[in-house]
Amino acid sequence: MNTFIRKCYYGDIPDQKGAGTPEIHTDFTAEQWPLWEVFIRSKQGLDHKHAGSLHAADAKMAIENARDVYTRRQEGVSIWVVESKHIHATNPDEAESLYEPANDKIYRHPAFYDLPDAVKHM
Amino acid sequence: MATTDMGELFQQKIDKEIKIEPRDWMPDAYRKTNLRQISQHAHSEIVGMLPEGNWISRAPTLKRKAILLAKVQDEAGHGLYLYSAAETLGMSRDQMVADLNNGKAKYSSIFNYPTLTWADMGAVGWLVDGAAILNQVMLCRTSYGPYARAMVRICKEESFHQRQGFEILLVLSKGSAAQKAMCQDAINRWWWPSLMMFGPKDSESTNSDQSIQWKIKRKTNDELRQQFIDMIAEQVKILGMTLPDDKLQWNPERKHYDFGEINWEEFWNVVKGNGPCNKQRLDARRKAHEEGAWVREAAKAHAAKRLAKVA
Repeated sequence: MNTFIRKCYYGDIPDQKGAGTPEIHTDFTAEQWPLWEVFIRSKQGLDHKHAGSLHAADAKMAIENARDVYTRRQEGVSIWVVESKHIHATNPDEAESLYEPANDKIYRHPAFYDLPDAVKHM
Repeated sequence: MATTDMGELFQQKIDKEIKIEPRDWMPDAYRKTNLRQISQHAHSEIVGMLPEGNWISRAPTLKRKAILLAKVQDEAGHGLYLYSAAETLGMSRDQMVADLNNGKAKYSSIFNYPTLTWADMGAVGWLVDGAAILNQVMLCRTSYGPYARAMVRICKEESFHQRQGFEILLVLSKGSAAQKAMCQDAINRWWWPSLMMFGPKDSESTNSDQSIQWKIKRKTNDELRQQFIDMIAEQVKILGMTLPDDKLQWNPERKHYDFGEINWEEFWNVVKGNGPCNKQRLDARRKAHEEGAWVREAAKAHAAKRLAKVA
């Protein structure tokens, strides 16, 4: 069966077919458990960070599996899971229009301003 | 002049060490090569649990049993990281598992050798995981982002595997005459298959050139193999054991160890499915998959029921 893959994982889920969307032969069945993205807080005070993904029947199982797979060596103190299909992402095709305007605005950085050495604590 | 050719732009990105991410444009062959390599790697982790699972119930002490359980659990995790990375290229997990179970997909041939004694747990950790680590350290810098990230995670966990293997052999090497003999025997049986893990010679390998140009691989099979031999030839001295190769000798000009010819006929034979345990390994995977079917079904039914209750 020839199918358009609309799912690209690791938090990179396109809303519609993008330039990078491959056409590939697959045999997607409704049989497999849904995919979840896992985010781990490594210690109190830090952000949750994307750790990877896994399949699970529901959120409870996704958290249990994430605990077994991603925190075997004290890597985390808190886990978030979200079903991959709920993540919306930008398209690589839009990278130029989205991110390039920031390139020429160096005045947004403190080093842009040349101050005399006599000015302290700034 | 800036090119608009997609293939050329892709190569420029690779040359600039910009990682390729799932939604980026990539040549079909790049996708296919990565998909093949990553899924084979995942299958190897999963099948790799079987030779060791064989010894969990027979580990000599509770400490060794706990260590072996942790190691096998790691391998299940490594398989999962890799399957997830492969899925980003557009193949479903179910499809990959099906390809493994119906014999279409390959996994590392090393796991088609039997683990006959406790010393094999040492030799597998030291030699097999040692060889895998060299490959995996290289792959931490591979050009496909999800694969590289999986490798970084795996390498962090893997180094205990090799160290515990060496330690098993170290204890045996200081034991009774029978234990020493068991240690040497395991090294003798695992040495050559470990060298085969790096794949065919560069002159025979069809995938190497393009993979290096795309920075999927950064070292050739022969380079990695030589690196492994140089490393192990020194480490074996600490065990007071020998490697079963009478041609193994330091070459001061090359600054590497010279070594004897690998039995490539055996290599291809095992790849083609005629190794000592090919059938046993696949049967075990199929049995696990079939006997786990009701669990997968039940979990889905349970999730649906719970969802209905909330709604």
